[in-house]
Amino acid sequence: MKFSTVLSPHLQPVNSVDRVMLKVLLALIPGIAAMAWFFGIGIWINIAIATVTAALAEAFILKLRGRPVIATLKDLSAMVTAVLLAISLPVIAPWWITVVGSLFAIVIAKHLYGGLGYNPFNPAMAGYVLLLVSFPLPMTAWPPPVEIATVHLSMADVARLIFLEQRPDAISFDALTRATPLDSLKTQLGLNQTVSAIRDGEVFGLFSGKGWEWVALAYLVGGLWLLWQKVIAWQIPAGLLLGLGLLASLGFSIDSEHYASPLFHLSAGATLLGAFFIATDPVTAAATACGRIIYGLLIGALIYLIRIWGGYPDAVAFSVLLANLCAPALDYVTRPRVFGHRA
Amino acid sequence: MLKSWSFHGGLRLPGHKHLSAQAPIIDAGVPSQLIYPLQLRPGVHLHATVNLSDRVVRGQIIADAEHALATPIHAASSGTVHAIENRLIPHPSGLADECIIIATDGLDEALPAAHPVDFRHEQPGVIRHLIRQAGIVGLGGAAFPTAIKLNPGPKRQVDTLLLNGAECEPYITCDNSLMQAEPNAVIEGALILMHALQVERGIIAIEEPMTEAFARLSEALEQHRNLRLSIVRIPALYPTGGEKQLIKVVTGKETPSGGIPADVGIICQNVGTAAAVYQAVSRGLPLTERIITVTGQGVNKQQNMRVRIGTPISELIGQAGGYSHDVKRLIMGGPMMGFALPEDDIPVVKATNCILAASDNEIVGAKEARPCIRCGDCAKACPVNLLPQQLYWHSRADNLDKCKEFSLFDCIECGCCEVVCPSHIPLVQYYRAAKSKILVKAKESEKSAIAKRRHDAHLDRKAREQAEKAERARQKKAALAKVKAANAAQERTE
Ligand code: SF4
Ligand code: SF4
Repeated sequence: MKFSTVLSPHLQPVNSVDRVMLKVLLALIPGIAAMAWFFGIGIWINIAIATVTAALAEAFILKLRGRPVIATLKDLSAMVTAVLLAISLPVIAPWWITVVGSLFAIVIAKHLYGGLGYNPFNPAMAGYVLLLVSFPLPMTAWPPPVEIATVHLSMADVARLIFLEQRPDAISFDALTRATPLDSLKTQLGLNQTVSAIRDGEVFGLFSGKGWEWVALAYLVGGLWLLWQKVIAWQIPAGLLLGLGLLASLGFSIDSEHYASPLFHLSAGATLLGAFFIATDPVTAAATACGRIIYGLLIGALIYLIRIWGGYPDAVAFSVLLANLCAPALDYVTRPRVFGHRA
Repeated sequence: MLKSWSFHGGLRLPGHKHLSAQAPIIDAGVPSQLIYPLQLRPGVHLHATVNLSDRVVRGQIIADAEHALATPIHAASSGTVHAIENRLIPHPSGLADECIIIATDGLDEALPAAHPVDFRHEQPGVIRHLIRQAGIVGLGGAAFPTAIKLNPGPKRQVDTLLLNGAECEPYITCDNSLMQAEPNAVIEGALILMHALQVERGIIAIEEPMTEAFARLSEALEQHRNLRLSIVRIPALYPTGGEKQLIKVVTGKETPSGGIPADVGIICQNVGTAAAVYQAVSRGLPLTERIITVTGQGVNKQQNMRVRIGTPISELIGQAGGYSHDVKRLIMGGPMMGFALPEDDIPVVKATNCILAASDNEIVGAKEARPCIRCGDCAKACPVNLLPQQLYWHSRADNLDKCKEFSLFDCIECGCCEVVCPSHIPLVQYYRAAKSKILVKAKESEKSAIAKRRHDAHLDRKAREQAEKAERARQKKAALAKVKAANAAQERTE
C-alpha cells in the first residue's frame, strides 16, 4: 500500500491564532459589560462601528495585496484591534472619530507595515494616539458614571449624539460630560490642591474613580482568565503593574499630598486594560521571558512618569507605543542561554 | 531516591500508550521474505558476505564492512539469498538502495549459539568485540554502534552508565513492554555495560507512569543485590528521552553544545540495547530480533510484537489485523520525530521502535501557515532554550549567519515549537532546510578553499618557474656578455 509522505512532526497543532484572538475577545466581555453599565450603551455602538470599519478596511487591503480575505478575517485580529480601540474611546464620541481611528489602525498601523505579525506598533494604540493628538476635545469628552449622572440618556439620545452629534434639547455639553478622575486629579494638582482634598470630589470612589474602578476590576477578571488560559504571558502585566506600583509607592511615600496612592494609579484610567489586553499584544511586545518583564516594567514606569509630568492625564497608549520601539532591542539583549552553552 | 532536575520547556503530550502498553508481546514469527538494507547510515555501506542463491541460517553474518561505524548484519531466519538489489529503504528521503533479500524456507534453522561468556572475567575490549560481532547498535532509534559508544577514549572520564527507559514520544511502548517481559535481561545487560565501561554507577531511568515496568525491574534488581545500579522514575515530559535532556533530568549535568555525554562523564544506552547486549554476551545470540510497537488508529490491533529484523512492514500490519478503513499515514517512529514512509514493503531495521499507522484525526494534514505573531509559545516549549521564532525569521530570510548566531545547530528537531505554534508554521522544516544549506555552503567553501589553495600553488609554481627562467636567461646573458667581453678583450690583446 502506498502513502503520502510529509516531514515530522506529525502531531496536530494544539492551538491556533483564531482561538487565541477569540479568547481575547471573550475576556473583554466583563469589562465591556461594566463599561456599558456605568457609562451607557454608547460603547456597544462604538464597538459596532469600529469592527465594521476594520473588517471592511482589512478586506479591501487584503484584496489589494492579493491575500486571502476570508481566511485572514477569520483570524479575528482585526476585530481585536477594533474592539480595543473602541473601548478606549469616549462612549459618546462622534461616529467619524471611531471610523478614522479604525481606518488608521488597520490601514496604516497594521497593513502598511505588512499586516499581522509585521507591525511594530500596537495598531489600536496608534489609532488612539492619532485621534487624541488630532481631536483632543471629543477625545476627552467622557460622560459621568451612572452613579453621579444628572441626566439620563435614552438609547435614541445616545445614537443621535454619536451619529448626528445632536444633544438632546435643553442639555448643555457641560451637563453631559465630566472630567475623568485622572483628569481632575491632574488639573486640580495644577491648582495647588492636595490629593486628599481633590479626592473628596464627586468623581472619586473607593480606590480611584466612581465607575472606573469597577470597570478596571472587570478587566482584571478577564485578564486573569487569559493568564489562566495561557493566552497572555504573565511577565508583561506583572512587570507593568510592578513598575507603576513601585514608582507610585515611591511618590506616595515621599509626599502623599502631591502624589496619589499606588492603589489609585493601579485602578485608574486604562491601567488594567492596558496591562492585560494592550501591552500583551504579542506582535508588538518583547518576545523573550526576561525581555517581557523589562518591557512591562518600562511601560509601567512610563505610565507613571507621563501621568505625573506629561501633558495628558492618562498615558497607557503613549507608553505602549514607546515601549514597542524598544521591543526588538530588548529581545536581542535578553536572549536566553541555550542548553549546553556557557552563560 | 535521586534528586531530579528539569530542563527548560518540553511538552506534556497525550500518550496514547494505553493502546498497546498492557497487551502481551506477540511473536510476529518468520515472514516469507527478509530485507536488509546495506546502507547503515549515510556514508556507511556494508558489503554482502553471501552470494546469490546461497543458503543462510539464522545468526549467520550476511553483510559487514571494515568501516569504524559498521556493524555486521545477521540473517534472522534460514533460507536462500533471493536477490541483492535496490529496494526502498526506511529513510526520510524515501531512497532506494542496495538490499539483500532472503527468501525464508520456514525451517528457521539457526547457527548454534556462541559459547556464553562470563563477562566478569573478560577485558572491556573483549566485551566490545563481542558486542560488535553481535551486530548491536543503539535500539532507541539512533542506531549508533554500541561498541563504539562504549569506548569514549582516555581523554574522557566516564563514571556513569545511564540506561534510557524513558519512552517520551506518544504511542511508543516497546521499551515499556520489554522491561516488563525481560527485566532480568535489562539488568544483566546494564551490568555488562557497566563492566565494559569500568564504571561504578548505573542508573536506569523510566517514566513515572510505567508502574508495572518499575515493579518488574525492581524485583529483578533485588535478586541481584547490586548496589551500584539504581532505578529512577522521572516525569513523563516530551522530550525527556532525548539523550541530553535525560542526562540533565537525572544528573543535573548539561552536555556542552557540540559535545557528547561522555564529556560530562556519562554514557547513555537504551534499555533495549542493554537487553540485546545480555543476549549476545551471556547467551551467545546475535541481534536478529527486537520488540516493535505497532499502533495507531490506522491498524485494527495495537500491540507490541517481537519481530525478526528485516521483516517487511506489510507483514506486521497483516498480523495486526490489517489497516483500518481510515488509515492515512504510515510512520516509522513516533508522531513527533518519526518519518512517514511512502509504502509498506519497506523492512523494519534495528533502529525501528514503532510503526504508527495513523488515521486522519491523529495527524496534522496540510498546514495553512499564518504569519508569526511573536507569541513566544515556541520559545517556552523549546527544550534547548532556543528562540524558535528568531530562527524562523532568519532561516526564512536565508540569513544563515544569523541562524548560526541563534544556535541553529543546537536544535534537536524535536518538533515542540511547531506543535504549539498557533500560526501553524512548519518551523522544523525551515530549520532542516537552513541546516542543510549551511552544510552545503560549508562544503562548498571548503572545496573552493582547496581549489584556491591549488590555484595559488599553481600560480606560485608558475611565478617561481618564470623567476627561474628569467634568472636563467639573465645568467645566460651575463655568461654570454662575459664570453663576449672576454672575446673582445682577447681580440684587443691580440
Ligand atoms: S509559536 Fe509560532 S507564532 Fe508564536 S512566536 Fe513561535 S513561530 Fe511565532
Ligand atoms: S525543534 Fe528545535 S527549535 Fe523547535 S523546540 Fe525542538 S529544539 Fe527547539
